[in-house]
Amino acid sequence: MRHRPPSSVLARLPLDLSADLQFVTRVLILTQEEIVLAMPEDDTVIEARWRIEPGDQLRLTDHAGLGLLQLNDANHSKAQWRFTLSHRQAAEAFAAQFNSTNAAPSSPLALASTEPAALWPEEALNDATPPSTWTLFRLWRFAKPYKGQLLLGFLLTLAATAATLVPPYLTMPLMDDVLIPFQNGVAIEQSTVLKYLAGLLGAALVAWSLGWARTYILSRVSERIGADIRTATYSHLMNLSLDYFGSKRTGDLMARIGSETDRINLFLSLHLLDFFTDVLMILMTVTILFSINPWLALVTLIPLPIIAWMIHIVRDRLRTGFERVDRVWSQVTNILSDTIPGIRVVKAFSQEARESERFHQANQLNLKVNDRVNRTWSLFAPTVTALTEFGLLIVWAFGIWQVSQGAITVGILTAFLAYIGRFYSRMDSMSRIVSVTQKTAAGTKRIFDILDHTASVPNPKHPESLSGRKAAIELNQVSFRHGNRGILHHINLKIKPGSMVGLVGHSGSGKTTLVNLIARFYDASAGSITLDGTDIRQFNVADYRRQIGLVLQEPFLFFGTVAENIAYGKANATPAEIIAAARAAHAHEFILKLPHGYDSLVGERGQSLSGGERQRISIARALLIDPKILILDEATASVDTETEREIQQALDNLVQGRTTIAIAHRLSTLRQADMLVVLDQGRIVETGQHAELLKRQGHYYRLYQAQIKLNESAELNDNEPICAPPNAAEGHHHVAS
Amino acid sequence: MLPANLELSLDAFNQLLMHTPGTAAPIPVTPVRAFPIAAPDDAIALVDNHGSERLWIEHLTDLTPDNAQRVRQTLASREMTPLILRINHVSRFATPSVWQIETNHGATELTLKTEDDIRPLPSGGYLVADTFGLQFKIPPRSQLDRQSQRYLARFL
Ligand SMILES: Nc1ncnc2c1ncn2[C@@H]1O[C@H](COP(=O)(O)OP(=O)(O)O)[C@@H](O)[C@H]1O
Ligand SMILES: [Mg+2]
Repeated sequence: MRHRPPSSVLARLPLDLSADLQFVTRVLILTQEEIVLAMPEDDTVIEARWRIEPGDQLRLTDHAGLGLLQLNDANHSKAQWRFTLSHRQAAEAFAAQFNSTNAAPSSPLALASTEPAALWPEEALNDATPPSTWTLFRLWRFAKPYKGQLLLGFLLTLAATAATLVPPYLTMPLMDDVLIPFQNGVAIEQSTVLKYLAGLLGAALVAWSLGWARTYILSRVSERIGADIRTATYSHLMNLSLDYFGSKRTGDLMARIGSETDRINLFLSLHLLDFFTDVLMILMTVTILFSINPWLALVTLIPLPIIAWMIHIVRDRLRTGFERVDRVWSQVTNILSDTIPGIRVVKAFSQEARESERFHQANQLNLKVNDRVNRTWSLFAPTVTALTEFGLLIVWAFGIWQVSQGAITVGILTAFLAYIGRFYSRMDSMSRIVSVTQKTAAGTKRIFDILDHTASVPNPKHPESLSGRKAAIELNQVSFRHGNRGILHHINLKIKPGSMVGLVGHSGSGKTTLVNLIARFYDASAGSITLDGTDIRQFNVADYRRQIGLVLQEPFLFFGTVAENIAYGKANATPAEIIAAARAAHAHEFILKLPHGYDSLVGERGQSLSGGERQRISIARALLIDPKILILDEATASVDTETEREIQQALDNLVQGRTTIAIAHRLSTLRQADMLVVLDQGRIVETGQHAELLKRQGHYYRLYQAQIKLNESAELNDNEPICAPPNAAEGHHHVAS
Repeated sequence: MLPANLELSLDAFNQLLMHTPGTAAPIPVTPVRAFPIAAPDDAIALVDNHGSERLWIEHLTDLTPDNAQRVRQTLASREMTPLILRINHVSRFATPSVWQIETNHGATELTLKTEDDIRPLPSGGYLVADTFGLQFKIPPRSQLDRQSQRYLARFL
């Protein structure tokens, strides 16, 4: 431990790992003369220091989520520091600072001074969000628009509940003033009886009509709230970036938007409503009971705290149980959404039995998890019932004793028993609310998981206008990572408006990732992409993408007609426009051969069309929106040469006058490109024109040679069988004749 | 088959070098596990800077003890999958969630981006990827204390 604090600090890097990979926190400090390892809170508590000598270099690498910073001189490594990638940006800045002040300008890391982009924009963690049942209150956001109707429903509920409480009250005078005097020899007075009976009938009718009105209004409202939640969740989902979909399974998302919203809906319209009525009824009953006879009322309420305590005990277990049930249910749907689209593969490898088994397994798990919850649950409900019976017993006993003492009348006891019967039956159904509430809370949480996920491709607050742009694209020190893997490194590229750039490189070299960044499916981890000098992050995402026509290797068609699929990017396109686009895409003629022409249904994902046909429809789709920028990602890779020629012609139409970025496996298709960019392991290794690059005899030359060889051998293979059999056949003929 | 006179060494930059005397100059290589989860000590490839495989090691025990030691050392300095011993606290039950954990590499925190980053292992445990790409292992649930189990259950 030494004392002197480091002099003027140039950069600091928090480290969270020691050299032997233990989690400890330290800070690495860069000054003019040395690098200092110090304690995080106090720069003066120094663990070690290294002098910087001329020629020293700082090397930054990472692998599998671990970063490594090495201080090297020409011959050996003087020191190494480790950190997790949560400090990657600080590390880059640190290395950049070091190399700009110390190292020779030729150092590759001297380039690394990148403007720090927000690395994980979606990681704006909101720790304070309350979990559990409170999530239900977040549903208020969706209930708010229906405030008025909800209030009306509430008032109706109040009135209806009050009406149902009238009949037991009337049993009191019926007993004490009519029936018991009659038993003691007093004649029944008809008008009094009629009056009470009319009261009973009236109360029933009022309760019925009010109950009808409130159920109708509240069901309507909750149905709408449910629909709003579904729509909001779906549109939110649509706006999430590709990242999100990459990490989620379709079946899970489907389960969330489908069944969870349904459950919320049911909860709001049925269970919550019932619960509410029950609470009101209990409150009113308690008031009435106390007003009639406080002592009897107190005895009646004995089981109440016990039930409340039980609810409290099982609540937590039930909630986690139901969350698990939901997750397991998603697993079941996941298997469906996995295998059904892949049914051809399943059948081709005759794995039907295994898939059935997998489904069976998921179902078994589902059963197991449900069984576990039901165990708790099944014990809970009968216990509540038993407690209520028990409560009734107490009331009878206490009541009879009181009557025998002359403290209360028989009428009061009957009224109490009538009230209490209702009261406890409601308790029973109320206890059920515990499980549905927990279920719904679990479902709501899963919905809000989606809603809380902010798009990692955020829209700017004040988007720049896109009109009148010529579409010059420039990439400036662009780097990109997927999780802990660096995929693109320090890409610099200028694309002139209207020119065509070909991207080539081995499979996995990052070509698709690069165009994904340009199309802003992801945001670069570092560096910037500009369109005519404006950072593309300053445009509205949707408006920006509208400038881009994208043709992918795997064309995706939606269920619908051919015409609808072509007009996908421009729903109001006229038939003439659609046909013009189809013509230009060389799709017109084959479309006319389909049974219903442009009105033919293409089936789910375009199953009824061939690969080349689907591709031409997707080209027509890109043509129709008349984009300024065109991105072709191996658009012709999956079709035969004949179809490729046709698609190539279609593409030539498409390329005219647009900034085009084309990725192609067959290098021959890129010959007319104004510039070729060769990528290797996420870096640009060469740029130039075809002839120029061939002359250089570098990466491109090797790729090209490899393809020529491949073509030659393919031609040989094609030719041999054609040449050979005729001779053989001839020979055969001679013999035969 | 492994060349008999294979020599693996570490240079002054801690870079693993592969050398078969008499054939070519030593080349820098990186050991890569083919099944880092299922079989970490078997099936290791030595890959050169261009990503081409230079040597295939079926089992580490096929190497001489010295060579095997160097491969192990390089792997150990490059990779780690801390084993979670305890979950002390989770910031919330919805993702993203920050977990305070104790591991066999010391105490730290982990940010879970989505529940899908927890992946069940055939052995009964789990593998968790934190936001920044570091992988953590969780033993089968029965080996955790109740508190950790309870936290974990909320995310499974
Ligand atoms: N979603 C993803 N998560 C992790 N790695 C990815 C993802 N998408 C692509 N990669 C990796 O990025 C690299 C570049 O991929 P890509 O751009 O598709 O290559 P290319 O189009 O040149 O064949 C590949 O090594 C690939 O494995
Ligand atoms: Mg690709």
